[in-house]
Amino acid sequence: MDAAAFKDKLKDHGYSFFTGVPCSLLGGLIESLGEEYVPSVREDTALGLAAGAYLGGRRSCVLMQNSGLGYSLNVLTSLNMIYDIPVLMIVSFRGLGGKDAPEHLVMGKHCVELMETFKIAHKVCGKDDLDDALKAADKEISSGRPYCIFIKGDTLE
Amino acid sequence: MIMRDAISKLISLMKDEYVICANGFISRDAFNSKDRPRNFYMLGSMGQASSIGLGFAMVQPGKKVVVFDGDGNLLMNLGVLAMISEIRPKNFVHIVFDNECYNSTGGQPTISSNVDLARAAAGCGIKNTIRIGPDGDITSAFNDCLKKEGPSLILLKVECDPEEKLPRVNIAPTEIAERFRNG
Repeated sequence: MDAAAFKDKLKDHGYSFFTGVPCSLLGGLIESLGEEYVPSVREDTALGLAAGAYLGGRRSCVLMQNSGLGYSLNVLTSLNMIYDIPVLMIVSFRGLGGKDAPEHLVMGKHCVELMETFKIAHKVCGKDDLDDALKAADKEISSGRPYCIFIKGDTLE
Repeated sequence: MIMRDAISKLISLMKDEYVICANGFISRDAFNSKDRPRNFYMLGSMGQASSIGLGFAMVQPGKKVVVFDGDGNLLMNLGVLAMISEIRPKNFVHIVFDNECYNSTGGQPTISSNVDLARAAAGCGIKNTIRIGPDGDITSAFNDCLKKEGPSLILLKVECDPEEKLPRVNIAPTEIAERFRNG
C-alpha cells in the first residue's frame, strides 16, 4: 500500500497523534506524516508521550522497529495495560524468516511470541491485511487496550 | 527539607494545574498530601512521568502541566530533556526532587550527587532552569515558573528520608486515568 494512503486510513480511523523512532521500512509513512510526526528519542519514551496525548483526548499511534519492543515492554505492562491506556503500535518486522542483518534475527524470531505472551492483540501485515488490522485495532483501542500491527518489508511503499 | 514536605507545600499551591507524579514515593507523597482528580499517579513505568506530561502538554496547550519527577526517574530517561527543549511547550513545568537516592527501594544512591541534572537541562536548552538548595524557597520559584512562558525545570535538592512509610496510592489505575482524563 502507498504510505500516504495508509496515513489517510490512520486518520480516518481517528488517530491524531503520531510519534516513534524510525525504521527504514517506515520511512515513507513518517515522511507522509510530515510535521504531525513527533520524533522520540526511545520507544518507551514514545509510548509515554503517546499515553500523555491519550490522556489529553487523542487517539495515539507509535511507530517503531521491532527492536524497540524490548524497551517498550515495561511501559506497555506497567502503564498502558494497567491504566487501560490504548495505543496503536506500528512495528516494522525486521528479521522475518531469518533473513536480515544479524542484530535482527533473535527479535525477528520471537517478536510475535512476545505479543502472544503478553496478550497484546496483533497482526502481521502485508499490504492486503492493513484494512483488517485497522478494524481489529479499533475494537482494542476503544476498549483501552494496545494493538500491534507488524509491517512486513514490502507492505508500505 | 525532605521531599514529603516539599511536595505537600507545592500541592497546596495547585489550582487548575494537571500534575503528573512519578512512581515511588513521589506519587505516594502527593496522594497522601492532597488527592485531586488532576493528579496522575504513576505506579510503574519508571522514567516516563516527564514523557506523559510532555505528551499531554502538547495536545492541551491551554492547560498548565506540572511534572513531579525524581533524580532516579530523570536519569532513567535523560533523553526526554532534549525532547522538551526541542518541542518547547510553554505550559510545562518540570520539578525534579533530587534526593540523590532511590528512596522507595531503601535509599541506594543514584549518581546525582556528582552529576548536576539542572546543568544537563540547561545544556539541552530548556528555557528556564533553576536549581534550588534544600533550604531554598520552592514556593516562590514555582510561582515564578507558573507566570513565565515555559518550558521550565526546577531542580530542588531534598534530603533522603529513611523514615518515609506513607501508605500506597489506593485508587485503581484505571480510575486514576479516567478521572484525570475527565478532569
